[in-house]
Amino acid sequence: MNETPDSDHWLVRPATIRRLWQVSAAVLLLTVLLQIAIKVKGYFVLDGWLGFGALFGFLSCVAMVLVAKALGPLLKRSVTYYVPGDRDD
Amino acid sequence: MIEMLPPALILVAGALLIGPLRGHARNAVLLLAPALTLWAIWQVPDGVSATVPFLDYDLEIVEGSPVRRLFATIFALMAVVGGLFAFRTARWYELAAAYAYAAGAVGVCFAGDLITMFLFWEIMALFSTVVVWSGGTEASRRAGIRYVIMHLLGGVILKVGIEGVVVHTGSIDMQPMLATNFDTWMILIGILINAAAPPISAWLADSYPESSPTGSVFLSAFTTKTAVLALILLFPGEPVLIGVGLYMVMYGIIYALLENNIRRILAYSVVNQVGFMVCAVGIGTQMAINGAAAHAFAHIIYKALLFMSAGVVVYRTGMNKCTEVGGLFRTMPLTAICGIIGALAISGFPLTSGFTTKTMISQAAANDGLAIVYLLLAAASAGVFLHAGIKFPWFVFFQKDSGLRPKDAPWNMGAAMVIFAALCILIGVFPELLYRYLPYPVDYVAYTPGKVLFYLQLLLFSGLAFFLLLPLMRRTDTISLDTDWIWRVGLKRIGILLYRGLAETGAAISAATDQTLAAIGREAQNYLGTERRPANGERGFFARSWPIGLTALWIAVLLSVYVFVYYLS
Repeated sequence: MNETPDSDHWLVRPATIRRLWQVSAAVLLLTVLLQIAIKVKGYFVLDGWLGFGALFGFLSCVAMVLVAKALGPLLKRSVTYYVPGDRDD
Repeated sequence: MIEMLPPALILVAGALLIGPLRGHARNAVLLLAPALTLWAIWQVPDGVSATVPFLDYDLEIVEGSPVRRLFATIFALMAVVGGLFAFRTARWYELAAAYAYAAGAVGVCFAGDLITMFLFWEIMALFSTVVVWSGGTEASRRAGIRYVIMHLLGGVILKVGIEGVVVHTGSIDMQPMLATNFDTWMILIGILINAAAPPISAWLADSYPESSPTGSVFLSAFTTKTAVLALILLFPGEPVLIGVGLYMVMYGIIYALLENNIRRILAYSVVNQVGFMVCAVGIGTQMAINGAAAHAFAHIIYKALLFMSAGVVVYRTGMNKCTEVGGLFRTMPLTAICGIIGALAISGFPLTSGFTTKTMISQAAANDGLAIVYLLLAAASAGVFLHAGIKFPWFVFFQKDSGLRPKDAPWNMGAAMVIFAALCILIGVFPELLYRYLPYPVDYVAYTPGKVLFYLQLLLFSGLAFFLLLPLMRRTDTISLDTDWIWRVGLKRIGILLYRGLAETGAAISAATDQTLAAIGREAQNYLGTERRPANGERGFFARSWPIGLTALWIAVLLSVYVFVYYLS
């Protein structure tokens, strides 16, 4: 995408993407800071803390991606794996 | 006593008419049959309104209740909008099968007894198989065979359980039970097979992506959600379902992350979403059951919307894989926007239907003090945004530019998508519209500032994780092994090994026997018959001349034995 010329759709121009990252970063920060003003009701000890949702969401996703990545070599096979005649049995 | 006929019969009639009719007449049936069914569904009163004698039993073929009407409503609605999506491109037999399949689902909704439920259950199995086969490829033929074997097996297990319950309790009523003995376990397993629960979730992701672009829209709606309804009616509060549901939730996410086929990503996320519902049925409180029912309703809409969006991409490009498409938003803006709305709804983003229904399940877990379940469901909500909410639209409509410039959706497909996208937002903004039809009174406020903020943090930071970890998620043109490996490859290999082993053992035994018999024959011939033995020149046993005295002695011995035996008896 970095090589996309300016003539392409405005949404994929490097300038737009840079701006999108900036806006996203601001929104992310805002959702955490808003918690100072808005109380998040916690049902268990931790989940009412400042930024718990943010940290929990982020770490869960990192964990799931890493688990999937680790399982990849074990589970992934060529698309022809089940196609008859492509294996020796 | 028959106060009213099963609403499913209208869809059955529609399915029968689709074949012979042509043109506008067929289109009218496609629209009117589910619309009339929808009307009939709302005429069904609470309680039993039709019984039919069968053997020694009174079958309650129509029994109404709020949750039954709710599920039947969404199934009929699905048939109307699915019909609109499909009618110009699908073959007549796919449409007829899809309507018969929907009729089975509506029939299960109003089944007041186990026998009627089983009947409609099997109708679903048969006609959904035809929908899979309507994909028309060799791969869909093979997937259809695996699919039907799995569902007929599930049907047999369910039937064993039903027979057991009928014999041991004498009642065919559909009433809440717990998995406490063999019979109830069999019923539970039979239902869970249709819910795509472990260890055989694989049938779903195996078959749905092999159907036609229109077929997968129908398939995504009925089978797993009738299973959820059956669980609500028969196993509310069954604790084993909590664990099963949580497993399904995580399984769906991990496999969807590994997957490259667009529709298979969505198929895995069906398992993930049904996991939320199964878990809720396991929690079993009024709020949890409300959550399961509401989530099933919302899920059918946004999942069908996602499959429609993917279906349009497959229909327009002929491509099935993330590695082949990308950048399609340029020429398919409507499909992209509808796909994104579906993706936001499945992720439970505020102002979409998923938020108002999925958080109800989480709330039910929190109210019950199930901390681990609550946190795992929250993690799963983040994971849904990761694998379906962003991954699906990103890889299909954005990422690198594939250079493909397909046309946007045909008008009917576009209209179907817009209707469902609008419903996703409508239920998200005005959840009371759905809440008033739930099985129990709703004591739940979806939109509190704290809750919205918590889920915004959870989801937006999942999005951040997605884009930061993008290098780790590069698509590879692969499939992922699942438990179906056991019967597709493992059992086959064991069979081949056994066959080879038996063949070799048999050949060895046969050769050894041949040799031994040949040797015995040679020896016998030498000893008994040959005139002269080759070795010492002596004659064979029977070839010798014997003295007359020896013969007389033998006759005497035989006669005395005879006399002895005669006096003995």
